[in-house]
Amino acid sequence: MTNKIIYFLFVIFFLFIFIIFYKGLNNSNLYTPNTEIKSIPKLTYESLLKKSSLNSKDIFNKNRFYLLNIWASWCVPCRDEHPFLISLNKNENIKIIGLNYKDNINNAKNFLNELGNPYSTILLDTDGTKAIEWGAYGVPETFLIYENKIIKRYIGPLNSELLDEIKIYIK
Amino acid sequence: MKFFKFILVILIFFTFSLLKADEIKLENKITKNLRCLICQGQSVYDSDSEFAISLKLVVKNKINEGYSEDQIYKFLTKKYGDWILYDPQFNKNTYFLWFLPLLIFVFGGAIIMKKFINIKK
Repeated sequence: MTNKIIYFLFVIFFLFIFIIFYKGLNNSNLYTPNTEIKSIPKLTYESLLKKSSLNSKDIFNKNRFYLLNIWASWCVPCRDEHPFLISLNKNENIKIIGLNYKDNINNAKNFLNELGNPYSTILLDTDGTKAIEWGAYGVPETFLIYENKIIKRYIGPLNSELLDEIKIYIK
Repeated sequence: MKFFKFILVILIFFTFSLLKADEIKLENKITKNLRCLICQGQSVYDSDSEFAISLKLVVKNKINEGYSEDQIYKFLTKKYGDWILYDPQFNKNTYFLWFLPLLIFVFGGAIIMKKFINIKK
């Protein structure tokens, strides 16, 4: 009788371990942080093209959609997503704000001259600390903002599917 | 008098450098407990990725602003989730994790005790 119970427990134990490992196989090992930040961080930024400092309050008004895009001239995927930002800029319901991440100012300006400037304002993050306040961890990363709240965040470059999704949000 | 001034300067110098050393110690302790989210096998302390460099700077700034170790962890878990900490904090998601070794210990102890009692009988 005890042998039977031990055998039964063994089978259950191995089944349990098998299920855990099997489930683990399908998990992506790329971690996306589950952030609790819902509202935008209150910070003061320097601007890339104008010589002035800006507050979060000055930049983001209520009753309007904003797209905060973290980019850098040295980031290759940013080049790929740039045409999508330019096409989204034609939409009047949304304002695109750039956050230039750890970049050389001249390189950033050349990047915009070469590929076009979809941003209404470009903020500077020279040491990467502002991106951390946003809960971002690399470039490119994009936040969709409405009423000072982050409603959606996209890690990695935007593509045509994500662009369609954003267009549905801002309709 | 000059001698006293000299002593005073040396004393002040050493107290400040000690303070600084404490800050660096705390900074290193915190960054060693933070997981680099870009290169996930490494701590922020060991990593030289852009993210880790910025995060080290953030931790340093927060210590200068007077944040305690726990406050810094709270600030970062709010932004990046519990995953960023190597040493998970005690909360409702980690009760099981923290109590499991204790439970196994008690359970194992009970089995051994039972055997002993049986042998004595």
